[in-house]
Amino acid sequence: MTPITTPEIAVRASGVEKIYVSGDTNVVALRGADLEVRCGEILMLVGPSGCGKTSFISIIAGLLKRDAGQLEVMGQDPQALSTEARTAWRLRTVGFVFQQFNLIPTLTLAENAAIPLILQGMDRRSACEKAREILNYVGLGGREQSSPVRLSGGQQQRVAIARALVNSPKILVCDEPTSALDGATGLHVMELIAQVGRMPGRAVIVVSHDDRIYHLADRIVRMDDGRVDRIETPAARRNTHV
Amino acid sequence: MPIFALKMLFGDSARFYGMLLGLAFSTLLISQQAAIFVGLMSRTFGFITDTPQPDLWIIDPSQRFLDDNKPLRSTAVQRVRSIEGIEWAVPLFKGLLVVNLPDGKRQVSQIIGIDDASLIAGPPFMLEGALTDLRKPDAIIVDERASRREFKMNKPPEGGEPRPLRVGDILELNELRAEVVGICKATQTFQSQPVIYTTYSRATQYAPPERRMVTMVLAGLSKGADQAQVIKTIAERTGLSAFTGEQFTEKTYVYWMLETGIPINFGTAIVLGFFVGVAVAGQMFYNFVLDNLKYFGAMKAMGASRKILLGMVFLQASTVAVLGFGLGIAVTSIFGLTVPNEKLAFRMTWQIPLIAAGAVIIICTASAAIGMWRVLRLDPADVFKG
Repeated sequence: MTPITTPEIAVRASGVEKIYVSGDTNVVALRGADLEVRCGEILMLVGPSGCGKTSFISIIAGLLKRDAGQLEVMGQDPQALSTEARTAWRLRTVGFVFQQFNLIPTLTLAENAAIPLILQGMDRRSACEKAREILNYVGLGGREQSSPVRLSGGQQQRVAIARALVNSPKILVCDEPTSALDGATGLHVMELIAQVGRMPGRAVIVVSHDDRIYHLADRIVRMDDGRVDRIETPAARRNTHV
Repeated sequence: MPIFALKMLFGDSARFYGMLLGLAFSTLLISQQAAIFVGLMSRTFGFITDTPQPDLWIIDPSQRFLDDNKPLRSTAVQRVRSIEGIEWAVPLFKGLLVVNLPDGKRQVSQIIGIDDASLIAGPPFMLEGALTDLRKPDAIIVDERASRREFKMNKPPEGGEPRPLRVGDILELNELRAEVVGICKATQTFQSQPVIYTTYSRATQYAPPERRMVTMVLAGLSKGADQAQVIKTIAERTGLSAFTGEQFTEKTYVYWMLETGIPINFGTAIVLGFFVGVAVAGQMFYNFVLDNLKYFGAMKAMGASRKILLGMVFLQASTVAVLGFGLGIAVTSIFGLTVPNEKLAFRMTWQIPLIAAGAVIIICTASAAIGMWRVLRLDPADVFKG
């Protein structure tokens, strides 16, 4: 697999801090995290539970506000935008693949995959037509009218990937995309993400605990205690662990 | 997104039908009980609405409602007639008497004695015979419902099968002969007694003698007379109270509303209907929103604006409200059309569906508002927490 990388930086974060306040208790999730994600690369964010991975991708995706530090995502600091503008920016810029798929069971696969396009204002018929094309691309052609509840976990995650990519986002954020799947299915899903997500001008950030898929990344960023601990390539990691 | 919102709603069929039935049942309870209440209340002043001719109803000042008879002296009619602005005034007798049927059955009935000359205040609809037949000797007109029920001839004089009372049959009132000359349709009384119309003079013969026999005076105004001034003059010159039909209806209605336990009994059922709606439909809708919160959260993360998400919840709530209300009102209407009015007082006025709709709107708005609040408070980053 040859990475199509460009020198363009998709995400640049420096000194990002996040503190959750719960009553009298302050929980520090990020303590000055630094990261650069290049366009065209697949970056895997790994680390133990509670190390700040989810907070970090939430801030990168414009879902969460940071307390300190600098952040630029595709040339834009999401926090500098108003709530409405940030929502619209997220719709245009970020695609999401969730751990639990979050497919609406009463909608067809095509309708689920078409949601981002409809949110962007496209009419339902055209959106579903475009969704059919991408469902075909992820290997679910002919099943557009099926219900998600009839699909296996791997197939549901494929629909979620189709939904994340249907409006051609610049950043694809995947949160534990394989954790709800068995090993073989998880690997297939991650291969699909690597295949369809890796595009010129697009960056893919995958949060994962599943070390069986690390080899599909271009770089692996290990976090610990709210900071980026080290960055390595799959090859270097293999050598370290042998 | 509206179609998706509706598919989310209809797709959860168990919950959707639960909400629908909850709201329909709530609407049914509210509207049916309210319609029965209005029907019952209408019977308390049915005679007033059945009698459109008089401009004024003149009664003793201490009379509290229509059936609270406080008879007047017979001179009251002449005194009212003497007042400027009064075109005509006639006496009315209204009281309860025992009627003996040929088969020996006795039945307390409401006797209405109307002015012999003008026959003003006669029954609103004649089904058999004519109002002028009251001028025949011993003539009475009986209401149709009573002719089939209370006055049913179980042993007709001519023999044969039991049959309804009919024109030509002879009854006995206070041991005096009374011949049925007509069958009329009159609004059922609150206590459901049979209604018998006859002339004033004959009614006073049937009734046990008293010094005061005029139950009330009915009067018509001269053309161009100032109604308020005439009412005031009647009070000043006769010491009697005069009301328009509308005012007398309201006086009667207010008495029953304030002085009896009926409104509380029906009000309790109506409030119960409202709480059934809140408990069943409101709770189910809230749970529906909670169950879908993860999908709303995912859409929020993907870039759905608050306006879109709130619009979805609002559409879902209003759809279930409209369908539940429609079903409930339809069942209420079928109930009203199916159950005979003589067995159950049922009167669906235009205000009742509005009240039921208001209750459904409150239930759905409250549950939708709580659901919307949850959606608004939803942190899109929560979708990463599984």
